[in-house]
Amino acid sequence: MHETSASHAAHQHTAPTSFIRKHVFSLDHKVIGKQYYDLALVAVFIGMGLSWLMRLHLGWPAWPIPLLDKLSAVGAPAGVMTPEYYLSLMTMHGTIMVFFVLTNAPFSAFGNYFLPIQIGAEDMAFPRFNMMSFWTIFVAFIVMMAAFFVTDGPPIAGWTSYAPLSAVGGDAGPGMKVGQTLWAVSIAIFCISSLLGALNFIATTLDLRTKGMSLARMPLSTWAWFVTAVIALLAFAALLPATILLILDRVAGTSFFIPAGLVLSDKLQPHSGGSPLLWQHLFWFFGHPEVYIAILPSIGIVSHIIPVFARKPLLGPRAAIGCIMATGFLSYMVWGHHMFVSGMSPFSANLFSVPTLFITIPMTILTLLLIGSVYGAKMRFTAASLFCLGFISVFISGGISGFFLAQPSIDIYLHATYFVVAHFHFVMAVASIFGVFAGTYFWFPKMFGRMMNEGLGKLHFWLTFIGVYCIFMPMHYLGMAGNVRRYSAFTDDYLIPLIPVHRFITIAALLTGAAQFIFLFNLIWSRFKGPIASENPWEATSLEWSTTSPPPFDNFGGKHMVVYNGPDEYGVQSSDGKDYIMQTSPDKAPAH
Amino acid sequence: MGKLFAVAVTVITLVSVAFFVMHTWWMPVDISTTGPAIDHQLEETMTGAGLLFLGGQLLLGLFVWQSSDKNPARKIKIFPGGANPLVAAAIILVGIEILTLTFVGSKAWAAVNLAPAAADSLHIDVQAEQFAFYFRYAGPDGQFGGLHPDKIDDGSGNYFGLDPANDVAARDDVVVGSLVIPVNRPILLSLHSKDVGHSFYVPELRIQQDFVPGIEIPVHFTATQTGKWEIVCTQLCGLGHYNMKAYLQVMSEADYEQWLKGQEGQ
Repeated sequence: MHETSASHAAHQHTAPTSFIRKHVFSLDHKVIGKQYYDLALVAVFIGMGLSWLMRLHLGWPAWPIPLLDKLSAVGAPAGVMTPEYYLSLMTMHGTIMVFFVLTNAPFSAFGNYFLPIQIGAEDMAFPRFNMMSFWTIFVAFIVMMAAFFVTDGPPIAGWTSYAPLSAVGGDAGPGMKVGQTLWAVSIAIFCISSLLGALNFIATTLDLRTKGMSLARMPLSTWAWFVTAVIALLAFAALLPATILLILDRVAGTSFFIPAGLVLSDKLQPHSGGSPLLWQHLFWFFGHPEVYIAILPSIGIVSHIIPVFARKPLLGPRAAIGCIMATGFLSYMVWGHHMFVSGMSPFSANLFSVPTLFITIPMTILTLLLIGSVYGAKMRFTAASLFCLGFISVFISGGISGFFLAQPSIDIYLHATYFVVAHFHFVMAVASIFGVFAGTYFWFPKMFGRMMNEGLGKLHFWLTFIGVYCIFMPMHYLGMAGNVRRYSAFTDDYLIPLIPVHRFITIAALLTGAAQFIFLFNLIWSRFKGPIASENPWEATSLEWSTTSPPPFDNFGGKHMVVYNGPDEYGVQSSDGKDYIMQTSPDKAPAH
Repeated sequence: MGKLFAVAVTVITLVSVAFFVMHTWWMPVDISTTGPAIDHQLEETMTGAGLLFLGGQLLLGLFVWQSSDKNPARKIKIFPGGANPLVAAAIILVGIEILTLTFVGSKAWAAVNLAPAAADSLHIDVQAEQFAFYFRYAGPDGQFGGLHPDKIDDGSGNYFGLDPANDVAARDDVVVGSLVIPVNRPILLSLHSKDVGHSFYVPELRIQQDFVPGIEIPVHFTATQTGKWEIVCTQLCGLGHYNMKAYLQVMSEADYEQWLKGQEGQ
């Protein structure tokens, strides 16, 4: 395929000159990648701010939070949040983080910027789709943010928006009028954006690889973005119709998710024939693959970066690719493990449990390959490599708790407790974000032509690494004690003794959150004041390091790159006396 | 820096494991006949998963420690045998672990969810609503009255939508706000919801089951200890979710009969 792809890659377009075309409605995948990154950056600080408010409330429910009444006089009179406002913030935190951060940053942002460059293409296959994809997600974000400002307040049904709570409208409680509709509309728009993006990633990977860039020579990061795009194409294709049906239930009087005979706010609801479990099936058919949409790109990024700093090849790259694909495949057979206590047939629990447990095999192999890649290395400790090593650690921690939740008999006890909160935060949130941090410290010089401050980067790593363990490890203990999640206060007799643990977590969350401002400062300061970066500051091999920092509009300055080697030629002798061979170098790599 | 990382990972790992081993925060007492199998399954998983956790983190720490050795004469080493032994180890170790857990665990699951309720179970009807649980006993006739959602009226205490004027079976139904049961007698609950999704969770019974609007879901268990415990809602149901609870009171058979008589007399 690669012989023909070289001619495809020759579609030329000239660099735009107007400000709008260059920076706003740009067709350049690099600009679009940075736009995704900046959107994710705004979203993650909003999401983190919401978690601060939630944690403060959980630790000290009666304390007034300064200025919170300015954000919502109804939701937080005199700064003390109401139970429904807590649920609103929780819903918005989950939604913003899962959709606008964890899907955006590792996949859309870095994928957009680096997938075309890593395969030697000049742009994405469909640059206009690409631009549309970003601006559609931007609209989705604005619609979601609008929910903060509607009179009834943001929705309170959680990021999973279970029906019929999410479907019956204002009778279900505050936030369930316009706020919940905005949520559903925003997610529908988000799905359209993701589908456009996924198509683009797939077409680009298959069709635009430069001469010599066989599938086997693609860096693991590109492999992960490619597989993730395939997962996203199928997952968002399930969520889009589901949210449209939800919108219809809310505004058009249909009853897809609402059965007969429900009484809310003392009113018999005018619906019949729908099934709340249908929403759960459709949502989790998207929702579980979404976990892999969040984590696989970070696995790819980390697998790409570790060899650079270990100065040795990744152990078993083909096994790693196989595991990434196996995980993607299995991710569609396990959605029911979110529904063990939902009332679906108890026989199906075993059917969903077995593939869920089997996913731990490719995931364990991937983890062992990463650990094995560190073995015998001459590790260069930078902010990027530290976050990669941190990634391995938090990924183990998050993955291990999956053993418990995959088993229906244990899930009966742990379901909907803080054990689950600990599990998914470690495995898909913290791990994924560590991949994004690693990617940022690693690729920033390429994206902006300047180096980030290493000292601040390392400080950021240490505070974050220890911080996330202080936040999320105790949540396992809370879960073991049966502490239910999604409670705005702990009034049950058996939960009151656990409040000191919550206070500890709150303090850890505030400090760890504060450490993220070091990152933000580093990011902004280095963009303008960082030392000028060379073309290949990390002595890496892949194609993004064979062009200027930042790359020109067409990525390689009119050159058609020819690839001779795989991406992992480290710890070897090149003809110019270096310990690595670029993918574009005609040096013959030794057999491993 | 690498040595610091190795130490940090080791300390984090050991401290994390210590709290699990010491059971500093742990499951409450088990008061059900099906609970021991679940607890056993959880302990087994804790041991297996705990060893994998310890092994993975400590190995990571060790390799990072070694990789930070700055001796310029040191050569880069590939993992002995390459990727294959690791792949094989993962498949065999994790494979055995998950097959064992599945076979043993499916029994615990089956005892709770697949085995039918005993024929002599005490049948109690449970209705969940924003933000309370209500429990209905059939009364002396042993028959539950029919449910009519249009007749639900919380103001007059008709939480279930009974129609005693036209339905004889409904007239003696006992509706209360606590779940009162006799010890050591099989209990069958029928869960249904008035409005949105809720969940029935009693940590001490090791039972959690959602209420799903539109369907009736059976749950059965046998309590083995007398006492009073909390029933809490674990499915997000709206603003009062955090405060949605009721009490489970397990009594001796004699106390239970006396309590029931008192309720029926009202």
